[in-house]
Amino acid sequence: MVPDVEAEDFASYYGRAVVKPPPWGHEVAAYLFLGGVAGGSGLIALGAQLTGRDALRRNARLGGLASVALGGAALVKDLGRPERFYNMLRTIKLTSPMSIGSWVLTAYSAGIGVAAVAEVDRLGSRGSSRGLLPLGPLRPVLQAVEPWAGWEAAAFSPPLAAYTAVLLSDTANPTWNAMHRDLPFVFVSSATLAAAGLAMVTTPTRETAPVRALAVIGVVGDVVAMRLTEARMDPVAAEPLHQGHPGQLMRWAERLAVGGGLGALLLGSNRAGAILTGLALLGASAATRVGVFEAGIASAKDPRYTVLPQRRRLEARRAAGVTDDSITTAG
Amino acid sequence: MTSSPQRHSTGDLLGHQLHGPTDPIRDVGWDGTHARKGFFTDTSICIGCKACEVACKEWNRNPRDGDLEITGWSYDNSQSLGASTWRHVAFVEQDREAIEAARESGRRLVSLGMPTVRDGGAGSEGGGATPSPDTPLPPTSPPDTPEFRWLMASDVCKHCTHAGCLDVCPTGALMRTEFGTVVVQDDVCNGCGTCVAGCPFGVVERRSDGTAAPTTRRGERKGEQPAVPKEGVAQKCTLCYDRLRDEETPACAKTCPTTSIRFGDHDELVTSARARVAELHAKGMTEARLYGANELDGVGGTGSVFLLLDEPEVYGLPPDPRVPTADLGVMFDRAGIAALGMIGAAVAAFVGARR
Ligand code: SF4
Ligand code: SF4
Ligand code: SF4
Repeated sequence: MVPDVEAEDFASYYGRAVVKPPPWGHEVAAYLFLGGVAGGSGLIALGAQLTGRDALRRNARLGGLASVALGGAALVKDLGRPERFYNMLRTIKLTSPMSIGSWVLTAYSAGIGVAAVAEVDRLGSRGSSRGLLPLGPLRPVLQAVEPWAGWEAAAFSPPLAAYTAVLLSDTANPTWNAMHRDLPFVFVSSATLAAAGLAMVTTPTRETAPVRALAVIGVVGDVVAMRLTEARMDPVAAEPLHQGHPGQLMRWAERLAVGGGLGALLLGSNRAGAILTGLALLGASAATRVGVFEAGIASAKDPRYTVLPQRRRLEARRAAGVTDDSITTAG
Repeated sequence: MTSSPQRHSTGDLLGHQLHGPTDPIRDVGWDGTHARKGFFTDTSICIGCKACEVACKEWNRNPRDGDLEITGWSYDNSQSLGASTWRHVAFVEQDREAIEAARESGRRLVSLGMPTVRDGGAGSEGGGATPSPDTPLPPTSPPDTPEFRWLMASDVCKHCTHAGCLDVCPTGALMRTEFGTVVVQDDVCNGCGTCVAGCPFGVVERRSDGTAAPTTRRGERKGEQPAVPKEGVAQKCTLCYDRLRDEETPACAKTCPTTSIRFGDHDELVTSARARVAELHAKGMTEARLYGANELDGVGGTGSVFLLLDEPEVYGLPPDPRVPTADLGVMFDRAGIAALGMIGAAVAAFVGARR
């Protein structure tokens, strides 16, 4: 299927990279993780809202808000000009996953924010009609919009979990771009298992049965999707996912995910086991995100990952008789 | 760059072409009073004087880049295009074997019947310019000999027809000008860095404080280091947008003593680039080839077209660049399916686990 390009044989300009890695620090990797936790939590919160699991709903909402707030702060900190962060909402640009993501993030934050404020207000006011916050006449309004806020946050939860995959893949970054077909499946799975993990840590076991089921689905999705992604991408572009620090992280991600999945099946009804399982799941997701992030950065720093896959696909097209679409022409 | 009309690409995913041949000027709604501008950089006559690098630095007041290290890469010490280096002259020293290989790869291009003149205008007649393998070696001029040659090439932003940097910019800071060029509005950019990842050519970069690393030698500052302007925002060649609006030639092209860098209307430049390749082929220099002149390539053709004497990667250029947004439809579809799957999982989990 793949025509012969001498595996190691390629020219470069003094070994200099061809593309540039984005100037993103680990704040962005952290955001990939936290945005996923937020996305998963939005769905869990709605599920709990609709099935009358009060503690789960409260914890998922608060967890969602905390993750999205931390994640948003990390994103702003990573900007070259943080004081201009609001320019992200200056326009709506459908060709820019970063633009779409900024709007999704904003819309999600609005819903989860309102829902979480309602939860905070209810804290410490068990049974009485008085709340914790000095809301006055606004309290009935808040309570009326609260369920809708839960729905709104949930509506933007899956896009919040999925768009970051497009954000990474819609680049000239060799490894991220080569993952573009399958990375969204990895990321939504990772978001699901992470949010389920957080809920298992925060919520008493009598309310976490659905969350445990969700964790198992997330783990299966995550492991299968990641393996499929690697199998379907250019083998050279996949190398950074196996090497060095990102390689270690990816291996740990799978181990922790499998462990967390088994934990959710077997230990989830035991409080201590649930906490341990939840932490493993959160760790698995964090490792996946940082691993994918670092692998991409590494792939941009070595011309090998740009030149070899491009050479290979160019030769493949030529071998198939397509000779009119090369950037290099004889005249 | 702030007074010019803003060109948003709102809604351009559905109605707007993300790859393939197109007129980038009309695509974004300019009325087309200006022709598309570009460069034809003929590396076969470049003498490596770096006047373009200097002129660009001076005109644009770009700060120092890196730590003034001597690289040992022939005469190249600026290494690559970046936030503060918008022209970069590459130097490659080659022996007979490398020269032969370049000539052979060029010959192969010709024999592939790669597109020559699409509109039947002036230029190469593909086959007529194809020398047989036993054509006598083309003449060399000092310092080149049959045993040695120096490749020198002034690289610059490609001002792509489909510019990855521009497509992915969330703020609209990157814009398509009325000349068809791609420019960062530095008062809008918030330095998110997405464009850096979006460029298939490694051109645009976010400007840091101008030094790659702190100066290592104790007690020594290498020359004066004035405050760095436009820190934290994306920076790259503007194709001298300010000069273009005053009907001036870009600084780099104006200063180039050999006319290796030619500025003008894009279509005319492409025509003369094709004629130049044909001329070199006729002399037996089959290694000559164009880079960026094909509107069917992965970025819809480039505004800056190059005549190269070896494979692109020898110069640090990507051999088969593709604007990432070309596959955005697929990515959105896949992300949509994944998102639905996530909802399905949640529904299944909550319904299945009913108390
Ligand atoms: S070469 Fe890179 S920076 Fe220049 S227009 Fe194309 S994508 Fe943008
Ligand atoms: S760094 Fe500036 S120009 Fe580049 S994508 Fe972000 S906002 Fe746009
Ligand atoms: S066109 Fe202007 S900004 Fe671009 S490289 Fe030339 S001098 Fe520099």
